[in-house]
Amino acid sequence: MFVIDCPHCGPRDQAEFAYAGEAHIARPANADELTDAEWAGYVFMRRNGKGLYAERWWHAAGCRKFFNMLRNTATDQIHAVYRIGERPPEVKADLPRTPSGEASIGSGNDAVKLVRDTGAGDA
Amino acid sequence: MKRYSALELLREGLRGHTGWRKVWRHPEPKPSYDAVIIGGGGHGLATAYYLAREHGMTNIAVIEKGWIGGGNAGRNTTIIRSNYLFDESAALYNHAFGLWKTLGRELNFNIMMSHRGVLNLAHDDGEMRQLKRRVESNRLNGVEAEWLDAKEVKGFCPAINISPDIRYPVLGATLQRSGGVNRHDAVVWGYARAADAMGVDIIQQTEVTNILTESGEVTGVETTRGTIRTPKVASVTAGHTSVIAKMVDLRLPIESHPLQALVSEPVKPVLNCVVMSNAVHVYCSQSDKGELVIGAGIDAQLSYTQRGNLDIIEHQMASLMELFPMFSRLRMMRQWGGIVDVCPDASPIISKTPVKGFYVNGGWGTGGWKATPGSGHVFADLIARDEPNAIAAPFAMERFVTGALVAEHGAAAVAH
Repeated sequence: MFVIDCPHCGPRDQAEFAYAGEAHIARPANADELTDAEWAGYVFMRRNGKGLYAERWWHAAGCRKFFNMLRNTATDQIHAVYRIGERPPEVKADLPRTPSGEASIGSGNDAVKLVRDTGAGDA
Repeated sequence: MKRYSALELLREGLRGHTGWRKVWRHPEPKPSYDAVIIGGGGHGLATAYYLAREHGMTNIAVIEKGWIGGGNAGRNTTIIRSNYLFDESAALYNHAFGLWKTLGRELNFNIMMSHRGVLNLAHDDGEMRQLKRRVESNRLNGVEAEWLDAKEVKGFCPAINISPDIRYPVLGATLQRSGGVNRHDAVVWGYARAADAMGVDIIQQTEVTNILTESGEVTGVETTRGTIRTPKVASVTAGHTSVIAKMVDLRLPIESHPLQALVSEPVKPVLNCVVMSNAVHVYCSQSDKGELVIGAGIDAQLSYTQRGNLDIIEHQMASLMELFPMFSRLRMMRQWGGIVDVCPDASPIISKTPVKGFYVNGGWGTGGWKATPGSGHVFADLIARDEPNAIAAPFAMERFVTGALVAEHGAAAVAH
């Protein structure tokens, strides 16, 4: 379980929150000029990154406000929470050294970790 | 390929199992191949097998980051069924269903296929209507299905609690009698052995780190063991489809989530079929070893960690207790998570891409295992002919632009 530090209410259990997908996706201003492919890009296509990821959460059982979070999807470590409208802060994270590699902690993917050296990064 | 037989089993039994050979080779990667498949799971190995057997493409490599059977192939709950609602899905999953029936014999490998029946429970009037509709739709599509009322459910599966006093009483269920479970390791080992025997190189503990392109066409891959030239690269990596697609600057409508499962201590035979419930949200079967194999829904957040959160476990245990109060004293032995690539319409992507020579088979969400042979079969066809066949065509990624989605959230039977 995550303990999520709501920027409005403070740290609470994840059970109070709902996940709301990738952050910083702006609705196109020129909606009536968009092609079908551009609409598909806005509605469906996501970065789905492995590593640092900016995402929205909703404090459903608390202040009921949306906010943004910077989380490492390779380790589930939460690096920062910030309010809607703010820019994501600079953080230092333990990232995989290769695109689909595993971080040195927390990934749970032992099938891949066992064959690598135990240096920094994807051990 | 040296075939297994009862005689050989007897002989090895008598001489202390000293004569078994390695089941597949561990070759060094060659400098070039006719096609490279990224991902040595069930779908990837099935793709390689059918490419070699049906299309004569034997100069191919399967590149696997971990080991065969170490990823999602070994992390699923092995349920086999094809009772999907829409015509497109019924065609795809029933194609796989047909291949499962003879796969063990074909691969000369005991995949322990057990056609013990799959129940999908209904807990309210709306769900009952929806599931009855699915039975009719299944029958129109040639998929075996029937409707059981609560008493018939109890008759078919005596362990289940059909008391009308529980919070979500069992009102009835669909039954696919020929559905069931099999042995996931045996399937991937069997495919690996058969593909290897036809000359396919299975390269384990090697990660693809980049896909090389020249003027919009695939020319090779970079791996942790050097560069390999190839005109065709096929991504079959449950959990990392987006990561692979990003190597050719392709965005996909996929989010990756952990999906957890767990097993109990082994007990004597008590559960004679597969029971799935979408509403109270748990699914359960008993392995041949006696363990209850239990699964439920995905974790809400995007994640590549193969662990998942405990609230999901708590939720699925509560659901299990409601349906089977007798399991309340069972101890759970271990829990694990796999990463599933989820599409917005809960259907997979089997597709060519704008990058010539790059093919994607992914986004199977929570239900990829049952599709393994069919997925490999139609994907091999797509790679070899560069055109999707009738079964694969509705699952091309263009559907997210045209709007012709195959929205199977109900029949996927797990909340996405």
